[in-house]
Amino acid sequence: MEKTEKILVKGTEAIAEAAIRAGCRLYFGYPITPQSELTEYMARRLPEVNGTFLQAESEVAVVNMIYGAASTGKRVMTSTSSPGFSLMQEGISYIAGAELPCVFVNVVRGGPGLGDIQPAQSDYFQATKGGGHGDYKLVVLSPESLQEAVELTSHAFDVADKYRIPVLILTDGLLGQMMEPVSFPDFRNLDDLNDHSSWALIGTNNERAPHRVSSFDLDPVNLEKMNLNRHQKYKKITESEKLYEEYKLNDAEIVIVAYGTMGRIVKSVADKAREKGVKAGVFRPISLWPFPYEELEKWSKTAKLFFAVEMSSGQMIEDVKLSINGKRPVEFYGRMGGIVPTPGEILAKLMELI
Amino acid sequence: MSTYTERFKTPVSLSEKEFTYCPGCHHGIAHRLIAEVIDELNIQGKTIMVAPVGCSVFAYDFFDVDGTVAAHGRAPAVATGIKRARPQNIVFTYQGDGDLAAIGTAEIIHAANRGEKITTIFINNAIYGMTGGQMAPTTLLGMKTTTTPYGRDETKDGYPIRVSEVLKELRGVAFLARTKVTTPQDVLKTKKYIKKAFQAQINNIGFGLVEILSTCPTNWGLTPIESMKWLEENMVKEYPLGVFIDKVG
Repeated sequence: MEKTEKILVKGTEAIAEAAIRAGCRLYFGYPITPQSELTEYMARRLPEVNGTFLQAESEVAVVNMIYGAASTGKRVMTSTSSPGFSLMQEGISYIAGAELPCVFVNVVRGGPGLGDIQPAQSDYFQATKGGGHGDYKLVVLSPESLQEAVELTSHAFDVADKYRIPVLILTDGLLGQMMEPVSFPDFRNLDDLNDHSSWALIGTNNERAPHRVSSFDLDPVNLEKMNLNRHQKYKKITESEKLYEEYKLNDAEIVIVAYGTMGRIVKSVADKAREKGVKAGVFRPISLWPFPYEELEKWSKTAKLFFAVEMSSGQMIEDVKLSINGKRPVEFYGRMGGIVPTPGEILAKLMELI
Repeated sequence: MSTYTERFKTPVSLSEKEFTYCPGCHHGIAHRLIAEVIDELNIQGKTIMVAPVGCSVFAYDFFDVDGTVAAHGRAPAVATGIKRARPQNIVFTYQGDGDLAAIGTAEIIHAANRGEKITTIFINNAIYGMTGGQMAPTTLLGMKTTTTPYGRDETKDGYPIRVSEVLKELRGVAFLARTKVTTPQDVLKTKKYIKKAFQAQINNIGFGLVEILSTCPTNWGLTPIESMKWLEENMVKEYPLGVFIDKVG
């Protein structure tokens, strides 16, 4: 990976360019703030690399176009923001059921309903607990910086291809709209990407039995078998695909837990707390599913208190509590409606807790 | 030496699986015609089917081609995704009237309007089949269904949607016809239309759709013979037959 040259780019455009370099040549989308620049970037950029861009009539159509394109085995993606992601849930359930590899980006904004267009983290439940019907999982990755967003985008396509699973990059309007210097990886050679010819819909060429891509079986015994197989895969992903960052945790008495944009902000909170003599550190889950439960639980042996900080009313905190399982108190601070809390206000809350 | 010529054999594009449709249902005839067309156009190896939700959800098991099943109404979007990813393939959707004219209205109109190079076979039997005989957008005025037990009333339920008449205004459509399969002549004509709808895709002209008026003896509460008669006497009046658009030539 060539990392010498850094380019100043916007978050949404960084993800778009990273996707193209990762081998994505098909994008189906529908404009919605605060991620429309990603759609626009793809409209401009994909024709330059012989790719296909299509603006659909709705997010409902988008997710089904993704289903169709992904069923041919090619690298395909879309991006949207909260209300649009809600509209895609039906199709995501089908895609998860049919075990199709593809990448979604949700640039989360304030909700519920129309809400506002400011950054929020209030789609955590929908992203990690299954917004659509049925028992299924998406791999959910949340970057804290644009460089990490670029790297996770490449990773997302590889994980999707490796396990035949939809992968979601969960970010927010702050990261989507900010600019940072980023170094991009080289273009992937399309010929080196995963070979999906054993199941993909590419035509039988009169040489083999037809392929069936589907999420259904009307026989409950067969369907349970399909579901159990899928959950075996989820177990394998849980064992091998957890991502997280630990920051100044070795001597920490307080573990601040936060992801994405908040995960970045709370590092300076930990630094400031240490200046005041409070030993604080940060645990930042990068994969929100699979959530690094055991890795976080480990710190309950040395830390006294866990402190979840989110731009929501408290959603990830449920996973933090599951990790700690009553061994230590878990406190919470959050802002809603698209308000990004400042390090100062988080620090003030932290000092109240000790 | 044989003294007769074999004229009636199973199309190669049909699988060996027996149809699971009710006696007198027209899905079987429609399936066979599609398979014959695929054989004659020599496109079996590159055809990809998008099956619907409803009675014909298993359609992809009856055709010997690659296939998937779309969520209710979404087949044109799924087909769009497949075709954009693999323009070299032939992609067709098979949809009922609940699927295409109710929950999937947006998808069919926009796929047609984009001139998506796909083919849609639209089975209009004026009722919801698999869910057990409820009102469809195409249910006739006065027609009794489980959700219009007193007959469809336009003041409450609105009017039957004439899908082909709606679609004919869209400039992306390359072939569009409404037909039926109640007589041998109709069957031959329908096959010709289906072939043209595929030809519109093969020739890269645009979107093709064939609307086939069909029976549902089980949910209509009629025998297969009575159903054919009812279709002729009632449905054809509401849904005039003919070719609406033909850019194939």
